[in-house]
Amino acid sequence: MAEAFWALGRATGVVSLVLFTVTVLLGILTRSGRPALGLPRFAVTLVHRNVSLLATVLVIIHVASLLADPYAQLRLVDVVVPFLGTAKPFWLGLGTFAFDLVLALVVTGLLRQRLGQRAFRFVHWFSYAMWPVAVLHTLGDGSDVGKSWLVLLLVLCVGSVLVSLAWRMSATFIEYQHTRFEEARR
Amino acid sequence: MTRQSLHIDWTACDGRGLCTELLGPLLVRDEWGYPRAAGYGSDVPIPGSFVADARDAVALCPRLALSLQEVRTPARS
Ligand code: SF4
Repeated sequence: MAEAFWALGRATGVVSLVLFTVTVLLGILTRSGRPALGLPRFAVTLVHRNVSLLATVLVIIHVASLLADPYAQLRLVDVVVPFLGTAKPFWLGLGTFAFDLVLALVVTGLLRQRLGQRAFRFVHWFSYAMWPVAVLHTLGDGSDVGKSWLVLLLVLCVGSVLVSLAWRMSATFIEYQHTRFEEARR
Repeated sequence: MTRQSLHIDWTACDGRGLCTELLGPLLVRDEWGYPRAAGYGSDVPIPGSFVADARDAVALCPRLALSLQEVRTPARS
């Protein structure tokens, strides 16, 4: 039984990392304000939200199954308070930290209407902290890190986010940026 | 009688165009991407058949620039 929990914990860890990567990519796409992948803008936003919620469900299963696995030596306190773990406290702590950030991002995302734009935006910027911390946690704590399939997957995840970040910071990122810029120069 | 009206907060709107997608012919995009309703400014009356779409637009506007308000229409004499 412990074996099963461990296998589940490993698998959901990897899948949630991939889904969080897709969430970040879709978030950047949402921010650009463009229709994409054959979807209108509002649908890109909805897919971004739904994939993020799916990733959150998987990361909850990841944490729960490792709690149930005696070999992982995970205690309840390690789920919320980082860097107190017994096994690899630093790398586990990064996972805890990322998990806390995910919870904050989800709650503020769902309560955006109530919280207002400022508070939502402030917390949502932490997505850019959450994702690299989750990647580092995978690198430091992942049991499959030596395997080539995971290396390939991580290279793909990191590469795609770096490329879209470069686009995010480029001059052509925002739709209508060109028109607005031209107009402002007149 | 009351009627729904969509209020656009221009200080918040960034012209991201989600509302113009959802509220089709009612709102169109101007040349900078901002929404515009023919004949109206910041308060656009929403016909009954568009109320559900307007709710979606309010919920999805990335800048929380939209709100639905009930306005009283003067009773016809
Ligand atoms: S969805 Fe919001 S930000 Fe975008 S154009 Fe409409 S009101 Fe403006």
